[in-house]
Amino acid sequence: MGEEVKLFRSWSSPFALRIVWALEIKGIEYEAVFEDLSNKSPLLLQYNPVHKKIPILVHNGRPIVESFVILEYIDETWKQAPLLPEDPYERAMARFWAKFCEDKVLISIWSAFIKQGKEQEEAMVAATENLKFLEKEMKGKKFFGGERIGYVDLTLGWLANLGSIFEEIVGLKIVDEEKFPLLYSWMQDFAEAPIIRDNWPPRDKMIVKFQALLDAAIASSSSSSSSSK
Amino acid sequence: MGEKVKLIGSIQSLFSYRIEWALKLKGVEYEYIKEDVRNKSPLIFKYNPVHKKVPVLVHGGKPLPESLVILEYIDETWKDCPLLPEDPYERAMARFWAKYGDEKLWQAYMAEGEEKEKAMGPALESLAFLEKGIKGKKFFGGEKIGFLDLAVGWIPHWLNVLEEVGSMKLLDAEKFPSLHEWAENFIQISPIKECIPPREELVSYFHSALIYLRSLSANKP
Repeated sequence: MGEEVKLFRSWSSPFALRIVWALEIKGIEYEAVFEDLSNKSPLLLQYNPVHKKIPILVHNGRPIVESFVILEYIDETWKQAPLLPEDPYERAMARFWAKFCEDKVLISIWSAFIKQGKEQEEAMVAATENLKFLEKEMKGKKFFGGERIGYVDLTLGWLANLGSIFEEIVGLKIVDEEKFPLLYSWMQDFAEAPIIRDNWPPRDKMIVKFQALLDAAIASSSSSSSSSK
Repeated sequence: MGEKVKLIGSIQSLFSYRIEWALKLKGVEYEYIKEDVRNKSPLIFKYNPVHKKVPVLVHGGKPLPESLVILEYIDETWKDCPLLPEDPYERAMARFWAKYGDEKLWQAYMAEGEEKEKAMGPALESLAFLEKGIKGKKFFGGEKIGFLDLAVGWIPHWLNVLEEVGSMKLLDAEKFPSLHEWAENFIQISPIKECIPPREELVSYFHSALIYLRSLSANKP
C-alpha cells in the first residue's frame, strides 16, 4: 500500500492508548514514536503547535491531533472493523456518550482521585451520578458498541485499567460491583479482550506514576492552604 | 424521510443558533420550541436528562443533544448543501478547529483583574490560529459556509457582546484582518442574517450571567 502511519504517544497516556487500540482493531500497520512528555521533541511541537500534546497520528506526512478527531479519521479512512455504527442516530448517540465520558465521567473520577476532603466527597457524588447514566446505557449490551468493541468503549476504556489503580492508591471504591454490575462486568470484558489486554502499560509503573501525582497534589494543596489568601 | 423535526432552543444559547443555521441552509422544515434557559421547562429535562441543556434536536421522536453532535447528524441525514468536506483529512481539520473554538474563547470573558490578563493570552492566541486558517478564503468551508463556519459562527455577533460585557477587546480588525472580514461576510449571508438574536437580549443575558458566575467564584472557600 505504501501508506505511512505513525503514532506519537507516551508509555502511559490513556488518550494515546485509544489510538493504539483502534489501529490494532483495524489491523493497520503503524510506527509508534514514544515521547518523553517532560522533554517534548521538536517534531511533536511541529505536528501539534496548538496543544503541544500527544497523541498525534501522522498519515502520509499529515498530522491529526485530538484523540476523538483521530478516532473518527481512522474510522473514515480504514473501513474494516467499523468503530462507529452505520445508522446516523446511533452514530450521533455514540458521539454523545463519548463526549459525556470525556467531559463528565473522566473529570469527576480524576477529581475523586486527586482531590482531598470536601472536594473529593463532591467529586465522588458527581462520579456516582455520571456512572448511573452509563450503567443505564449498558442495559442488554456486552460492550457499548454492542457485540464488538466500538467508539464509546475505546473512549471509556481507560477506566477498565486506571479505575482499579486509582482505587488501590486512594482506597476508594469508584465502580462498586453491587451498585454498577453492568459497568463492572464491562470493565472485566474490555480489559480481557486480547488487543486491549496486550497493550496495557505496566501496572507497577502506573501505580508509581499516579501515586507520585497524588503526592504532589496533596503537597501543593497543603502548602496553599497554610498561606493566607 | 418526512419525519417530524423539532428544535428545542433558546435566544440566549449561541449553540442553538448553530443548529437553526444548519437546518435552514439545508432547507429542512422544523418546529422551533423556544426555551428560556433561566427558567427551564419540563421538556428540557425530558429530552436531555443528562445535561438538561439546549439545543436538543428531536427527529421522529428521537432526541439528540450536544450541538456539534447534532450538526454532524444533520449533515449525515440531509445530504443537500454538505457542511463537512468529503476528504477525511479536511473533515478532521474542521472537527479539530470546531472543538478548539468552543474551548478557548470563553475564559477571557469570565475572568477578572489578574485572571483576565492571564486568560486574554490564550483567547488572542486562538483568534490568531483562526486568522491563519481563514487567510485566502471567503469562508472556512471555502466558497460556501461549512461546518467550521457554523461552529465558530457565534464570533461575529456574540463576541462583541462578550467584549462589551467583559470589558475586553479581542477581535481587533487591525490584528485579525482576515477573521474580521470573514465575520462581516458571515453576518451578511442568508440564512444567518435573518436568524440572529436581538443584541439587547444578549447584552442583558451575558451581563447577568457574568455577575452570577463571578459571585459563584467569589463565594468559593
